[in-house]
Amino acid sequence: MAKKKVKKSKKPKRRVKKSKDLTIHFMPYSEIAREDAIGRVKKIMGFVLDNKIVILQGKLKADEETRLIENSMTLIGNISGFQGIEIATVSGNGEEEGVFNKIRHNIARILVGEQDAITIIGPASIVKEMTRDPKKVELMLKKR
Amino acid sequence: MIRIIRNFARRLFSGVFKKKGEIKLGFYGSPNAGKTSLANRICQDWLGEDLGSVSRVPHETREVQVKEKVMIERDGRKVEFRLVDTPGIATKVDFEDFLKFGMKKKEAQERAKEATQGIIESIKWLDDMDAVIVLIDSTMNPYSQVNITIIGNLVARKIPVLVVANKIDLKKSDIKKVKGAFPEYEVVGISAKNGDNIEEFYEELFKLVKKAR
Repeated sequence: MAKKKVKKSKKPKRRVKKSKDLTIHFMPYSEIAREDAIGRVKKIMGFVLDNKIVILQGKLKADEETRLIENSMTLIGNISGFQGIEIATVSGNGEEEGVFNKIRHNIARILVGEQDAITIIGPASIVKEMTRDPKKVELMLKKR
Repeated sequence: MIRIIRNFARRLFSGVFKKKGEIKLGFYGSPNAGKTSLANRICQDWLGEDLGSVSRVPHETREVQVKEKVMIERDGRKVEFRLVDTPGIATKVDFEDFLKFGMKKKEAQERAKEATQGIIESIKWLDDMDAVIVLIDSTMNPYSQVNITIIGNLVARKIPVLVVANKIDLKKSDIKKVKGAFPEYEVVGISAKNGDNIEEFYEELFKLVKKAR
């Protein structure tokens, strides 16, 4: 009896959504405030993989940033068209004058998180470069 | 939180059982900042051999490289180092960037794959360092998020940092900009390739060792 040939079904590789439109997603801090590090990274990566540029109110913690980079590196090669991310943060850290203002800033940071910053995260397939100076960020987008 | 506790326990026990004088010194930075060039310079100065290969093509170092028992002597003081040269950390890796250097598609794709794994490995090694040298290419904008993320992580782990502005031999080098970007840190400008200002670097390295102990 002839054996039936079983075709190995190749698992379809996930692709990055292609669109000619550019979407910018503004994420208020409240959207990630209750999430842990994994939840925050997952949420942000979800938008980035949808080819959206995320403007986050506030900033990620140092270990969350490295987790975001690790996550991106894992996805390169596993998700077709994904080349990684571009990220930049601008914050008013250390610009407060006087001890009283610094203490006030630190108390506010403990109570409500680092909200006096803006973090921009975008897929490297769309954002060619983010140039950060101390007080501004410039986004250079790829031609579409 | 778990990572902080684990790191604390590791540092506590490594402190108890650490061989006297041995310092695990990490070299971190963006690709092509000159990490391997500086590690090679140190190894050449004190061992007479190189640690790794260097190239103008980014992500030449794609695996962590370790050189043990590097004894550095200065003003009668001797310190034994374990040098840990890490792959450059980046937020993106596109194999097409390697094609510009004359690589074939397959070779470029393989390099990109290895580079992404190297970046993950670099990040994992952060926990194991006693002290870290963050290399910054002084001809480039120092305000890159990678530099800020690396330093932020080291500060969070309470690992002493020395910022080294490399490539001061090049015309475009702007060490003032690097110092302006990291005002809270000691910044020493060098040319790892030519050995410019290397004595000042060793001086700062010994100050770093004091903080690591």
